[in-house]
Amino acid sequence: MSYHEAPTIAAPDAPRLDQDDRPTLRFVTCGSVDDGKSTLVGRLLYDSKTLLDDQLDALASESKTAGTTGGDLDFALLVDGLQAEREQGITIDVAYRFFATKLRRFIVADTPGHAQYTRNMATGASNADLAVVLVDARKGVITQTRRHSHILSLLGIRHVVLAVNKMDLIGFDGDRFASITAEYLTLAGQLGISRVQCIPVVAPDGDNIVAASTRMPWYAGPTVTAYLESVDVAGDVSQRPFRLPVQWVNRPHADFRGFCGRIASGTIATGETVTVQPSGLRTRVVRILTPAGERDRAKAGESVTLTLADEIDVSRGDVLAAGPTPLVSDQFAAHLVWFDDEAMVAGRRYVLKCGTASTGAVITTLKHRIAIDTMAQESATTLEVNQIGYVHLNLDRPLVFEAYRDDRDMGSFILVDPISHRSAAAGMIGSSLRGSANIHWQRLAVDKSVRAQLKQQRPCVLWFTGLSGAGKSTLADHVDRRLAELGRHAALLDGDNLRHGINRDLGFSSAERTENVRRVAEIAALFVEAGMIALVALISPFRSERELARLRVEAGEFIEIHVATPLAECERRDPKGLYRKARAGELPAFTGIDQPYEAPQAPEITIDTSELSSEAACEHIIRYLREHNYL
Amino acid sequence: MTGQIVSIMEPSPARNAPNEAPAARNAPSHLRRLEAESIHILRETAAEFRKPVMLYSIGKDSSVLLHLAMKAFHPGKPPFPLLHVDTTWKFREMIAFRDQRARELGLDLIVHTNRDGLSQGIDPFTHGSARYTDVMKTQALRQALDLHSFDAAIGGARRDEEKSRAKERVFSHRSAAHRWDPKNQRPELWSLYNTMLAPGESMRVFPLSNWTELDIWDYILLEDIPIVPLYLAACRPVVERDGALIMVDDERMPLRAGEEPRWRSVRFRTLGCYPLSGATISTAATLPEIVSEMMASRTSERQGRMIDRDSPASMERKKAEGYF
Ligand SMILES: Nc1nc2c(ncn2[C@@H]2O[C@H](COP(=O)(O)OP(=O)(O)OP(=O)(O)O)[C@@H](O)[C@H]2O)c(=O)[nH]1
Ligand SMILES: [Mg+2]
Repeated sequence: MSYHEAPTIAAPDAPRLDQDDRPTLRFVTCGSVDDGKSTLVGRLLYDSKTLLDDQLDALASESKTAGTTGGDLDFALLVDGLQAEREQGITIDVAYRFFATKLRRFIVADTPGHAQYTRNMATGASNADLAVVLVDARKGVITQTRRHSHILSLLGIRHVVLAVNKMDLIGFDGDRFASITAEYLTLAGQLGISRVQCIPVVAPDGDNIVAASTRMPWYAGPTVTAYLESVDVAGDVSQRPFRLPVQWVNRPHADFRGFCGRIASGTIATGETVTVQPSGLRTRVVRILTPAGERDRAKAGESVTLTLADEIDVSRGDVLAAGPTPLVSDQFAAHLVWFDDEAMVAGRRYVLKCGTASTGAVITTLKHRIAIDTMAQESATTLEVNQIGYVHLNLDRPLVFEAYRDDRDMGSFILVDPISHRSAAAGMIGSSLRGSANIHWQRLAVDKSVRAQLKQQRPCVLWFTGLSGAGKSTLADHVDRRLAELGRHAALLDGDNLRHGINRDLGFSSAERTENVRRVAEIAALFVEAGMIALVALISPFRSERELARLRVEAGEFIEIHVATPLAECERRDPKGLYRKARAGELPAFTGIDQPYEAPQAPEITIDTSELSSEAACEHIIRYLREHNYL
Repeated sequence: MTGQIVSIMEPSPARNAPNEAPAARNAPSHLRRLEAESIHILRETAAEFRKPVMLYSIGKDSSVLLHLAMKAFHPGKPPFPLLHVDTTWKFREMIAFRDQRARELGLDLIVHTNRDGLSQGIDPFTHGSARYTDVMKTQALRQALDLHSFDAAIGGARRDEEKSRAKERVFSHRSAAHRWDPKNQRPELWSLYNTMLAPGESMRVFPLSNWTELDIWDYILLEDIPIVPLYLAACRPVVERDGALIMVDDERMPLRAGEEPRWRSVRFRTLGCYPLSGATISTAATLPEIVSEMMASRTSERQGRMIDRDSPASMERKKAEGYF
């Protein structure tokens, strides 16, 4: 019969359900390209009898067509599941695979060795309890071995299996194995990786993978599987103080208000007191709803819903805590692994996600960068893709966190580029920069909405951008006066004027222009916070900087007005004679001449002053503000 | 002869509602861990996206997903609707089960069919499974997501299903054209998900990423989750075709010369469109029997899916084009 016929039902030999509580070990494979990581994982799947007949058939036929092993079973094909990976014979992204032995369940993340894909290695390692680091016995410990080990150490992985692979290619030489082992142990010692088990293996043949090798009688230690089955990696976060980052407020009807989240650490019981961070408000837990029903207590790792005794303000991003107060600060120091092809820019605002909270964050200083080969801390001004550094960060608002070494959930974060939306870096918090003095964010009694109501306006930023001489200042001035006539409260921030005051220290290099825009954006945001309408007239030639200014205020509070007068017209007007100078080469980096102006892609308003009088343009803007309920 | 009309079994009555699972049962900690992780992912999706939707395919994974969603937002309802892409070729029992579940749970159910495909008369028999799947599933799904401008679509795919799925993130980015770029996925560390999107882009979210097929069955058993009865063995009319057993679910199935539906005791490991779902000879008529049978099985569940057989790497290509 050609179709599949299921076997008759036999009592399974493995224990089921209630009795089946084998613990799960999560591990990651890493090491340099072609060291044999995927082959080792494939072999583990094969030897653990995880593979089914149709998968084995597929492996046999694919090994012939796509294999790198001359027709023998190419175990790497079991995990290298992307078309591009099979074509190139390399791993590009993490594969997550599951298998079990009699003693344990395993989740393995097989990661790429290529330096280009370091971010994918970090992805796979971030949730691992243990790492299997492979080295090619012919090459020993090389830069990529060091880089991966360094990342493992930053991620807090303390257990490593060093699999010295391809022993067949060095004639099963025990001395060579010993010297590689010694070199790696030195590295591990420096990195604080406390437990290392070194095992000589031949991944495709299975030597010392599941079965002990007969070809290396000089090795008396455990096989890879035996070690993975027995190693104790337990670190019990339920012993730590209670922390629950609030994910979601569940309010199905007026009689129920529950706070949902996964408990990061500790335990909680009904009747216990918790504080809401960062506000510091105190209350009591009334009910604990778990997926298995209502309970008296819950512990780290569980996704729960709590109800509280008092009607207090708790929202997503807050943390419910008991015991010692968590760290609360708007400044901290952290290790970063840079992922983005676009290098880190100090002073630029990124979006930081930590737990369930998100906020704008600026890297204020790069304290040092780590030279992977020597492990030296070198001074640097930026981090390029795949580089590791230690930085200070300033946040737009205080965050609740812990040091990463104490709590992975509360001490880890990512930085997202606000323009490209790429994940730019992963971060591990070292310490707060405000010492032990917790600052509690004061929930201001008079907030923006109260102030805005007083003035009968919705605060916002009107950001006039355009070439020099486009008419930004004239137009902004017009709108400012018109608003005053209407009894509304605005403030005009003109780029030229600010350069005489707060920005007096800044010149016109790219970095100084960035800083100029940043300061103006900050000031505008303060005015918005005070309930006012801020008018900004600034060339602000770079799209990315205007996007950052937009992020500085809430959604709907930023109105970008492109004063789109054509360059020829601006140059014809040349009110300050600047174009003439620029053409004569006397003004380097002049926008529109030898520095590009990046026009807005989707401005809220576009105005061409060569077609519209200043009065008409002004009325156009006022109408927009009325129609969108700002006035 | 054009076909056979077969009797439809009534879907089994719904069992326990979520959150009223038998409390005394001691769940294995690894199932509770998977459950907690999935609920965390569902809540992140609800919190971070403007307009999420849950893809409901009526199969066992969807049943588990729906059950988890009910738990995640209990005592409220999930803050997103269900979407079923109906190719019009689903087993009739599936459709009956779908409507019954949505009604019992009081959830919004959106059913979308690619009308263009329907009017062109695209069917799995004449147009081949590849073309049919593209038009009636992939394009239909993209239409539905665009029509309602959903920015996140939650699906029940698992990493253990297939090699390219094993490579996919929990929060998997899609371009404005719904494309997946497997070579350029966002890093995804810890449980921190980068959910930022540009206009038109969207996210596919897979809360069951780390579950295995066995975990799904164990959990269905543990929580007494209702499933379509087609998963349980019963006598059904099937024909043997291209090495698979195809159930003759309605009169639209053209029988080839010599094909004569035979009543055999069969069940399905995966459910989809009946012409593309191969049955397994089995007498496992209860959940514990299914689990035992699975444990002893030597083939993967994909074996029965005709659409994965079209070409190697077909799943990755279909996914890149927007298939779930
Ligand atoms: N002779 C010999 N060849 C091996 C051994 N282990 C792996 N190989 C071969 O080395 C090549 C690379 O193996 P992979 O498993 O793809 O290496 P990898 O570390 O996963 O590579 P990337 O993921 O791309 O970094 C393949 O052709 C393997 O068959 C070994 O122990 N001995
Ligand atoms: Mg590999």
